[in-house]
Amino acid sequence: MEKKKIVVIGGGIAGMESSSFLAAMDFDVTIIEKADKLGGHVRNWERLFPTMRLGAEVLDFLNQGVEGRVKIVYNTEITDIKKKKDVFAITTGDGKNIEADAVLVTTGYDLFDARKKEEYGYKIYDNVITSSDLEMLFTEGKKILTADGKTPKRIGFVHCVGSRDEKVGNAYCSKVCCVTAVKQAVEIKDRLPEAEVFCFYMDMRMFGMHFEFLYKEAQEKYGVNFIRGRLSEASENMDGSIVVKVEDTLAGKPLRMNLDLLVLMVGFVPSEGSNKVGKMIGLKTGPNKFFKTQDQHTLTNVSNIEGVFFAGACTSPKTITETITDARAAAVTVADYLHDQPLGRRTI
Amino acid sequence: MIIEGKQAIWKEYQKEIADDKYFYVRSCVRQNFFPGSETAFLQIMREDLGKDVFEHSCHTTCTGIGYHGDVVPLDTMMTVVARQFALMTESGYENLVPSCITSFGIYTEVLDTWHHFPETEEKVRTYLKKATGREFQIPKNLAHASDLIYKFRKEIAQKAQYKLIDTNTGIPLKAVEHIGCHYAKMFPSKGIGGAEYPYVLSGMIEEWGGEVIDYPERRHCCGFGFRQYLVQANRGYSMSCSHKKFESMEPYHPDLILTNCPGCPMFLDKWQYAIHEMQGKSYGRNGEGIPVLTYEELAGLVLGYDPWDLGLQLHQVPCETLLDKMGIPFDPAKKYCGKNGKDLGHPACNPFEQKKMLTFKD
Repeated sequence: MEKKKIVVIGGGIAGMESSSFLAAMDFDVTIIEKADKLGGHVRNWERLFPTMRLGAEVLDFLNQGVEGRVKIVYNTEITDIKKKKDVFAITTGDGKNIEADAVLVTTGYDLFDARKKEEYGYKIYDNVITSSDLEMLFTEGKKILTADGKTPKRIGFVHCVGSRDEKVGNAYCSKVCCVTAVKQAVEIKDRLPEAEVFCFYMDMRMFGMHFEFLYKEAQEKYGVNFIRGRLSEASENMDGSIVVKVEDTLAGKPLRMNLDLLVLMVGFVPSEGSNKVGKMIGLKTGPNKFFKTQDQHTLTNVSNIEGVFFAGACTSPKTITETITDARAAAVTVADYLHDQPLGRRTI
Repeated sequence: MIIEGKQAIWKEYQKEIADDKYFYVRSCVRQNFFPGSETAFLQIMREDLGKDVFEHSCHTTCTGIGYHGDVVPLDTMMTVVARQFALMTESGYENLVPSCITSFGIYTEVLDTWHHFPETEEKVRTYLKKATGREFQIPKNLAHASDLIYKFRKEIAQKAQYKLIDTNTGIPLKAVEHIGCHYAKMFPSKGIGGAEYPYVLSGMIEEWGGEVIDYPERRHCCGFGFRQYLVQANRGYSMSCSHKKFESMEPYHPDLILTNCPGCPMFLDKWQYAIHEMQGKSYGRNGEGIPVLTYEELAGLVLGYDPWDLGLQLHQVPCETLLDKMGIPFDPAKKYCGKNGKDLGHPACNPFEQKKMLTFKD
């Protein structure tokens, strides 16, 4: 009997792990990936919270499931998806057509464009960078320096940049930024023990296993300062250092501080790929603009189109752990659909 | 500073500004604070640029100060605004140009309110009809007077007699700009360049040869928050706002401060004198203050208008240092003469040289 075909759109960690499980279940799986490598955002992340494990280790693990089992089409974007009866016809940018019995959307997220928070001065002030920029310095093994090549003595992290912020239209929490700030603050202190590090937060959302431990360690062992208050604005001093205005809501006082480097903890937004694919097939989105699942508690991998499923951060911000778990759940859900849905016909 | 970053933002915040046929509404306070500015605007628009600008003698306050001071209710404010629109409609104009930033904010707020709540607009139409018998059309285009000077900044540059360049050194003059809170902070999309990195005044400064200074407290209030100044007990707070800005801009050695709003030039000018009286501190070079200009005054200077016709003698901080740098000739003897040659009265002293209260002779 011919194997049922599944196209997985996006080769990030959700696409990799769901493909591995589907291939292991003897389906014909093809990943369509726009880049020239698998791994998505995790490729840009040197170390992972809360354990400080190398991101590359996780990718190596996921690759072991993909290699030799899954077909991968690199450097390719999808231009059209049409459904005829139960079969999907997928057209790629190079004019090829791929047929599939099911489609798994794993288009992930994009990082919030920090330029939209104009008052923080990203891409305007030389010493304002994002969490992603900082991680890139870690990944490339570069020194942490100010724009004029000096070692920063004071570094600030701004939480919730583009998250929980109705002004930019994103009311949701991006989940990972708080603990990422703690992780990066610790890494800075490891590299620059003499530097003062400040985290400006609204709430510390330390929900994951060991997150609270890392947060405590950052304070007690590394001396990272956590100030509860949101930045109102950042400006540039004559020497290129950054002056920030914050309200310290625990002390009940306004605060003005000079920093040598300001790091903006950028949140998640639906990816450009999600928006394109969603329009092609008519996938519904929720109030947070990520894809809407059929049910928030139960049918969390099921879309509004029969035969199209979701995995990973295309439905909401997720940690790596959650994404991998979600990818496996999606694989089982797709398999159930292709096996005449012994479980998928349940309703809620 | 990454200028390309600012330019990208400026591109996003552009707005449509009508080419001609403007209904101009004056400010309540500017005619007292800086009386030459509005006259200069009309002269520049009509005579230098050949535009049709109409004023109506029945125009009144927009009630903005009263509205923001909580003594004029919202419905009353909107009905007064509706009456201004009616005057414009009756005069055959469609493009409203307020001189005042507060008015610009009020008109923007009212139009936005009516856009989102059409039933409120209908209610106000009824109020106006019952009270005055008038009807009105909503303006097709709303632009602040500075938007117009910005729009025609290149034309003004082509006719320029003087530039924002130090004629002694050939170096561009350094200018601090302050757009006023109600220009773009409430509705960033209605201000050229937005609220965080506004371009309306920067564009003029750059076009006319100067260099814009970005200093840390650039966004801070000038000191004319209504509740800071109108409530006498709060005036120390008003001065502390201005003081914070002066301290922040001082290391950049600005040659002038360019302003957009009725209150900003008033406070950035007058408080320099008050701070000098209180602390003996001045923020310009050689014990001088930093001249503060309105955008009309600066446009007038660039076009070669007589400084005293522009009303620069009524500034607390003397502007002669700036005139010297720009190479603008002036007659010191005529400084305190009115347009008809009448003596306006002289200050008892130069506030930046002697510590005496500034008074005018009878």
